[in-house]
Parts: sequence; structure tokens; C-alpha cells
Amino acid sequence: MEALLEPVVQLFGPAWPAVWTLTKIVAIIAPLMLCVAYLTLAERKVIGYMQVRIGPNRVGPKGLLQPIADGMKLLFKEIIVPSGASKGLFILGPILAIAPSLAAWAVVPFGDGMVLADVNAGLLFLLAITSVEVYGVIIAGWASNSKYPFLGSMRAAAQMVSYEVAMGFALICVLLISASLNLTDIVRSQGQGQFHDMGLSFLSWNWIPLFPMFIVFLISGIAETNRAPFDVVEGESEVVAGHMVEYSGMAFALFFLAEYANMILVSILTSVLFVGGWLSPVSFLPDGFFWLALKTAFFLFVFLWARATFPRFRYDHIMRLGWKVFIPITLVWVIVVAVWMMSPLSIWK
Amino acid sequence: MDFKTFVFYVLAAIMVFAALRVITARNPVHAALFLVLSFFSAGGIWLLLAAEFLAIVLVMVYVGAVMVLFLFVVMMLDINLDRLRQGFWSYLPVGALIGVLLVVEMALVLGGRYFGLEAMPEPPAAQAGYSNTRELGRLLYTDYVYPFELASLLLLVAMIVAVTLTLRKRKGVRYLNPSEQISIKRGDRVELISMSAEKE
Repeated sequence: MEALLEPVVQLFGPAWPAVWTLTKIVAIIAPLMLCVAYLTLAERKVIGYMQVRIGPNRVGPKGLLQPIADGMKLLFKEIIVPSGASKGLFILGPILAIAPSLAAWAVVPFGDGMVLADVNAGLLFLLAITSVEVYGVIIAGWASNSKYPFLGSMRAAAQMVSYEVAMGFALICVLLISASLNLTDIVRSQGQGQFHDMGLSFLSWNWIPLFPMFIVFLISGIAETNRAPFDVVEGESEVVAGHMVEYSGMAFALFFLAEYANMILVSILTSVLFVGGWLSPVSFLPDGFFWLALKTAFFLFVFLWARATFPRFRYDHIMRLGWKVFIPITLVWVIVVAVWMMSPLSIWK
Repeated sequence: MDFKTFVFYVLAAIMVFAALRVITARNPVHAALFLVLSFFSAGGIWLLLAAEFLAIVLVMVYVGAVMVLFLFVVMMLDINLDRLRQGFWSYLPVGALIGVLLVVEMALVLGGRYFGLEAMPEPPAAQAGYSNTRELGRLLYTDYVYPFELASLLLLVAMIVAVTLTLRKRKGVRYLNPSEQISIKRGDRVELISMSAEKE
């Protein structure tokens, strides 16, 4: 590999580190965008079968080209800027929605050492980046200069800020027991312990000692991405389509891409933080990216499953769940974990 | 000029520009967004100083939470610019005083050479594997634990005050109790009676 790259390194000279990093970024973003496209198809198919119908099956063999056709349609549509809209911010909204959801992928580890930026404060970086995501929604809602987008964005802001707190506390528990903010180290710390030595690695992952946090993180993740049943942000029957009403063509597509990229991000984070990332569930099978992909796919299925199963939450119920149920549970569990770690019964020594 | 210095000047230029626009932008929402931009550039400058914890927390707390709520308020209010302009001249002396103070403080920091900064030795360079977060945590919870607890108590007081300021019990208002609604069972609402069929 090294010898193969040597002439290319010499070709670029001092610019090589930048070129190499850009190559890695493309190697992450391009498959991600493909995943996003096919996740939309998977969503329609899964929900279709859950509702005893077939779903899209006309474009290409078994409907497999449907996402490409949708993408083309959106590309060729005209972007309409409403009169009275704040034009600069109107364009900035979708950009700010998608940029953080792509930037967060910089610290996600796909395998041992397979990470774009192996930074020490990876978990903090993720929290910071995901907290910036709300700006896209707020700016889009305000800049549209219309009632429904504005109401939708106000709902989104309140909801995302509320669930971030619970999510942060869940992450603090993970941080406590792995004693590191580096995501690679967090995965590695799950690959040891009594059950791991017995060959049953999946019992030594974080999801057992942190089971309440695992559930809270997953549900908060659904709420953070504004997916059903927490999708009051774009509740069609109340605010038409929330902050996206006035957007058309690619500007709308960017919001769409951001939402699905966030779904994949939350799923992969749940896999990395709670169910052992790329580690194999049993010791006699090798570790690898395959396991991470499998776990992520499962959590993505949970997202779709929840959407097909639950009716939309009423807004006061959402707020109650976030503030009065999740935050107290997570607060208590932080203390429980801290005490557990300091007690003689600690399993993380 | 090495690359790091170049990045610093770029970030500093963006920050100064954004800070200027905060006070000159006509639209309050634009001003708030420029404030967000200047926070972001400040975070970048802190990252250059290898203070990654502070930088990320700045983005997380100020950009991710405080400014979101701030924007929330600014967007909801119908702000009348003319009324904001009233009293500009009467507030000017106070503002000017604060401005002068800030300039003096900055001069003290930047002109450290003339005020005996040499007496303070430069901190040793961080070794490999140095974690800013861990060091900060260790200091906060050992050497500075009392000031830290005091600060958290202050925040708690502020939180309680914020709640009590907005909490008011109005009479005659009917509202739904979600926990009661969720915990309802079929038996509470429907009663099944077994009875023989009635004849006319």
C-alpha cells in the first residue's frame, strides 16, 4: 500500500496531507449519501410491507432505481424564494441543516483505527456539532417569512434543546464507565470483562449496565432527528410541513438529506456507544466493520418500525417526556453509575 | 508566516467583523446570528491554543443552547427599531466608559512586555497524550472544589429564581394532566355490564 501510494505522494508534495484527508472525506460522504438515498427506499418499502402493501416497485427492477429518480426530479425543480423572505438566510438555512450532520461523521470510528479524526474529545465534539443542527431549522423557519414554517421551527427548537439535555446525561454515563471521550477507546473498553473472557462479548457491552441510558438515548435520538412519533415539527395536519413548507427542489432535498443522514448518525452512535461498535458479539467470530453495519441497520429499522407503529405525540406529551421523565431518570442513573464505580461491586476495574 | 498563524488571522478577522456587525446590523435576528458566528470563531481560536475542552464547550453551551433560546425570543418579539434608538445619547457615556475600560484591559494583556510579564515563565509545552479535559476536571474537583461548588450553587439559585418568576397559578384555568391521561386504563372509562336481553 505504502509503495503503491509513493508516486502519488510525490506528485502532490506538501499538499499531500490535505489531498489525503479530502480523499478520506469523499470516501465517507459518498457512501453515506448513497445510504441516505436507499434509506428512503427502505423506509417506503418497510412501511409498505408493515401496512400490507408493496411500496414503490415501478422504477427499475423491483423499484430499486426509485431514489435515483426522486433525486433527479428534485435536482431539476426550480428553487422558489418567497417574496418578503430574507434571501441570504433563506439559502443559508438548508446549508446549516446539512453541514453539521455531515461534519459529525469526522469522529465516528468505523473500525479499529478507521476514523477520519481520532481526536481525544470526540464525544464532546459530537455533542457540540449536534447542538448546532437546530440552527438550520430555526433560520429556515424565520427566513421563510410565513406563519407555518415559523411555528414549525419554534417547535423544533424547543424540542431539540429539551432532548439534548437527556442525551447529554446519557453520554455522561458512557463517559464515566469508559473513562475516555475518544470514541475508539469507548468501543475498545467494551471489548473486555468477565463475559468477554467467557466468549460472550455481547454481554460485556455497555447496553447491559446502562440499559436505561441505552433506551433514553435511542428515544432521544428519534426526538432529536424529528422523526415520527416526535415529528410535530413537520406535522402535516397542523403546520403543513413545518420549516420546509416554502422550500422546493434541492433546497428541500438538503433538509431531507440532513434528516436521513442524522438518522444514520444516531443509529451508528447508538451502535458505537452502547452495543460495542465493530466488535463481534461472540469471541469466535472476527471483529470488523461488518458488525457495525449490521447493528446500525438494525437501529435504522427500529426508526422505521417506530414510524409505522406509533401515532404522533401531542406536543405537551413530548415536553413532559423530555423534561419530567428522561432528565430525572438520566440524572439518577449518572449518580447510580458513579456510586457503582466507586463501590467494591464495580465491574469496570 | 506559518499555517497556524494564518488560520489565527483568518479566524480573528471573521470574529472582529462578526462582532462589529452584531452592533451595526439593523435586524436583531441578523445581529444575533452574527453573535453566533463570532462565538464560533472564538471557539476556533481556542482550539488553536490547544484548549479543546473550552472551545467545544463554548460551542455547545453558547451556540447550541443559549443563543438558540436567545434567537427564539428575538424572533418572537416585535422589535421596534425607533424605540430602541431612543435614549442613545443618554446611554452613550456609560457605554463609552465600558469601552474605554475594555481597551485598557486589552492593552494590559497585549502590552504585557511593559508591565513585567517576563516575571511569569511560559508554561511548559504539553507532552503527548495530554488531555485538556482530564486536567481541567482534576483541577476543578481537587484544588478549586469550593469555588466550583459555590458557582454551581449560584447557578442553582438562578434556576430556581427563573422558575419562580414565571410560575403563577391562575384560578379557573382548566388544563390536562398528561400523566393522568397516560395512566388511564380501559376499566376507568368503560364498564361492561352483563344483563339479560330486554323485551319490549
